[in-house]
Amino acid sequence: MAISYDEVEVGTQLPAQSFPVTRDTLVRYAGASGDFNPIHWNEKFALEVGLPDVIAHGMFTMAQAIRVVTDWVGDPAAVVEYGVRFTRPVPVPNDGVGAVVEVSAKVAKLLDDRRVQVDLLATTGGQKVLGMSRAVVRLA
Amino acid sequence: MALDPSFIGRTYPPTEPYEVGREKIREFAIAIGDANPAFTDPEAAKALGHPDVIAPPTFPFVITYRAAAQVVEDPELGLDYSRVVHGDQKFSYSRPVVAGDRLTVAVTIDNIKSLAGNDVLTVRGEVSDALGEHVVTSVMTLVARAADETGE
Repeated sequence: MAISYDEVEVGTQLPAQSFPVTRDTLVRYAGASGDFNPIHWNEKFALEVGLPDVIAHGMFTMAQAIRVVTDWVGDPAAVVEYGVRFTRPVPVPNDGVGAVVEVSAKVAKLLDDRRVQVDLLATTGGQKVLGMSRAVVRLA
Repeated sequence: MALDPSFIGRTYPPTEPYEVGREKIREFAIAIGDANPAFTDPEAAKALGHPDVIAPPTFPFVITYRAAAQVVEDPELGLDYSRVVHGDQKFSYSRPVVAGDRLTVAVTIDNIKSLAGNDVLTVRGEVSDALGEHVVTSVMTLVARAADETGE
């Protein structure tokens, strides 16, 4: 069911979601994306370069955050712009539990041409991991 | 050593076409855990008006990241990739990436600046299809941490 521009307003909340991340998630993402930087799978290497643990790919976190928007609008092609700043890494411990990225979003601006700006908030362990995280979405 | 700002505006030749396959899109969608049927089911994608399955919004980075290697590995620029982190990422789409697309990327260095001793490099990738039509622009900011800040 497509979301109509006429049924949203500034402040409309999108359904929030939680995305679990484990070490095997990161290995799978490394393979699919071609980003084999060892900080995303090799704990020894990550610690040597001063990270607290293996960290998630920023692009993986970016991919999770926009799902709150694409699941809301239905057609992922409704996203016409999407940008984030990677402000804090997402450490993924090797404890079988991993990390959870919590994402909420709300309509921040009504734009022309039935487009809206959606601002996203992504956190892990209560700390914000993406800044300036926003999408422009064309609604029905 | 700071990066040379005279590289601002440098363009690199368009990459060889990357052919987007349905199964590559499926693999990527599974890797990000996204079950939207537009990524895996051609009929679902067609019902939304797309000619075939489409790729998730961040998929173009798979292609633009490879293309940006021209900059990252440019010996004249001299970036130390071991000190680089991904600072910002932005996409502007004319249309989604669709299975069957043959995409080329034209890379430009949009900006080089120094912030608190770190080099901040902005690399733009313009992604075009086989007809030369714009598909998506990726703007990536890379931050090379200052060499004297070890183990931060």
